[in-house]
Amino acid sequence: MKVEAKPKDVVDRKVVTGADVFIQALVNEGVDTVFGYPGGAVLPIYDALYRSNAKFEHILCRHEQGIIHAAEGYARVTGRAGVVIATSGPGATNLITGITDAMMDSLPIVIFTGQVGTNVIGTDAFQEADIIGITTPITKYNYQVTNIADLPRIVKEAFHIAETGRPGPVVVDIPKNISQELTVGDFETDFYLPGYQPTVNPNPLQIKKLSESLRRAKRPLLLAGAGVLFAGATEELKAFAEKYQLPVTTTLLGLGSFPGNHSLSLGMAGMHGTYAANMAIYESDLLINIGARFDDRLTGAIKHFAPNAKVAHIDIDPAEIGKNIKTNIPVVADAKAALKALLLEDAEDPDHKSWLEKINTNKETYPLWYERSSSEISPQWLIQQIYEETNGEAIITTDVGQHQMWAAQFYKFDKPNKWVTSGGLGTMGFGFPAAIGAQLGAPDSQVVAIVGDGGFQMTLQELSVIYQRKLPVKIIIVNNEALGMVRQWQETFYEERYSESLLSENPDFVKLAESYGVKGMRVDKEAEVPAVLREAFSYDGPVLVDCRVVKRECVYPMVAPGKGNHEMIGVTK
Amino acid sequence: MRRIITATVQNRSGVLNRITGMLSKRGFNIESISVGTSETEGISKMTFVVEISDSQKLEQLTKQLNKQIDVLKVSDITDKAMVARELALIKVGSTGQNRNEIQGVITPFRASVIDVSRDSLIIQVTGKPDKVDALISLLRPYGIKELSRTGVTAFLRGQQPQPLHEVNTLLI
Repeated sequence: MKVEAKPKDVVDRKVVTGADVFIQALVNEGVDTVFGYPGGAVLPIYDALYRSNAKFEHILCRHEQGIIHAAEGYARVTGRAGVVIATSGPGATNLITGITDAMMDSLPIVIFTGQVGTNVIGTDAFQEADIIGITTPITKYNYQVTNIADLPRIVKEAFHIAETGRPGPVVVDIPKNISQELTVGDFETDFYLPGYQPTVNPNPLQIKKLSESLRRAKRPLLLAGAGVLFAGATEELKAFAEKYQLPVTTTLLGLGSFPGNHSLSLGMAGMHGTYAANMAIYESDLLINIGARFDDRLTGAIKHFAPNAKVAHIDIDPAEIGKNIKTNIPVVADAKAALKALLLEDAEDPDHKSWLEKINTNKETYPLWYERSSSEISPQWLIQQIYEETNGEAIITTDVGQHQMWAAQFYKFDKPNKWVTSGGLGTMGFGFPAAIGAQLGAPDSQVVAIVGDGGFQMTLQELSVIYQRKLPVKIIIVNNEALGMVRQWQETFYEERYSESLLSENPDFVKLAESYGVKGMRVDKEAEVPAVLREAFSYDGPVLVDCRVVKRECVYPMVAPGKGNHEMIGVTK
Repeated sequence: MRRIITATVQNRSGVLNRITGMLSKRGFNIESISVGTSETEGISKMTFVVEISDSQKLEQLTKQLNKQIDVLKVSDITDKAMVARELALIKVGSTGQNRNEIQGVITPFRASVIDVSRDSLIIQVTGKPDKVDALISLLRPYGIKELSRTGVTAFLRGQQPQPLHEVNTLLI
């Protein structure tokens, strides 16, 4: 006879650990890729991961800075939250640069850090760091889980906060005893955040006001930022620009929000922006900013920024409106919702033919230029070759500096979400790990990491990952044996005193790549570049190409610090 | 200009640190801050007195406060009909001889002596900050040994004049 061991009305629930609950919470969020690095405080989580049959990939980078930048690259190309797991103490503090970078560039990242057990928090225990205190100013929000019953709800909230409104990084700190705790709990995941209700739809009165101003404007200009990309509003932006024949300039991070080859595109504005874009800002009488934050690298000296313009600013974050530039028409809204509302308004066609003519003359007379070297590889020319070889369809990631500016200037981004760069924080070492995340997020795309010889050396250990995962990332080192932008500033503003900016002792990058099992190539003659690039791009697997370029090249045009956008130097040869 | 700003916040862990951290990161100068529970469980009320240079900065301050996920409501009540009060504890050096004299000084302020020892008195005063200032300066000659102020906490009055003609200051 069969004996019933328990009453029938008791639901059969498995005893699981907090770590299992955590993994299940990630599965419930639809996570497909996790970037992580194990350690003492996250051992229970890694054990749960090992035991779990969850279908997501765990990518083990070789440094926590690598995992967070990879998660940023993933988030930038997919629009979904990048997920990071790191251990307590040093594991968590190694993430700080990347978390700050994601905060500055509004990238949705959810970071799970291990923490020492709650019974020893505050005792300077082994590998304890106050990660909540440290990350408070550099996160959109952060949590420490102190009760296992809160864990599923907190995970849900964290994803919600990271991905909605103005995206940003959210840290969830999980003490070891919470992830070890046994439970049969079936926990509540409903949440209500009364203090967090982002405004998505624009105020109709402000839209009317903006349309009215557009009708009267003689020299209107659109400035598109990354907000357009986050909102998925590129089609609406194009329709709006074409409907009223509005010229469009973008910020560095807004590249790709409007087709770079479109006749209304002026290219990037700002410190290394095009003459046509910067002059259009200076001369415009109506500047419509959509999802950009008027960063100082864009505005130059504030007093010379769009001095004659009425400024309209569409932003999902009300705190950005009026922060740097006085705004006449504030529109708090998601870029897509605002553009849709604007498209519904039928402002009669504004007449600004002469304005467009002037802009086109500027575009033709003062295009981006460089002096092509007769013997060596000009870095700008190299970027153009990469553009040709990839049909302009690759995802480009970069570090910060000269190579970044040349990539921004000469790779004409026609499509959205193909440009992954560190804008606000300007993080060296970002480009290569970001390419790993981008490739995992967009497995069918060609991903090219255009990096400098300086920045690459900050995170090159991730060569292990592209080898291990057989990721066909192509690394192009724009090698000028210098911290190029530092050197350029020393040349321009410090009478050529090249203090600690020349890197003549670089390693042999080809051998370095080979030691990681990655195909390495070197090119130092212009004539060989097309063949080398073709070989690299057709090779089925990761390739590193060490491109020896002109060493003393500078990025032009340039707005010197403290100057206005109309005072560019190096506009022509 | 000096502004009084109140915020209702969710009483979650680290909320005070989050807010003061944001204020210092963005370069706002806090003169005082007072925090305490409100009539609703789980909701706290903060009152800030800040010195702000212009209206653009003020707008930034309220927007940045509002942006905090734990913050439910932010009000700049400086120009409204309101009551603003603080409490101060003042330990004054006092021997038996001048005890009565000090009592005479504090009486018009409706302050009270809450502790007496052989060589000192502790005086408690509540009121508008300038009233507290005034009492402190009157007591200074007697030798202030210790001083602690709570910072201002403020409320809108039950009835707001419509429309508002006079501009209020802290002196209400």
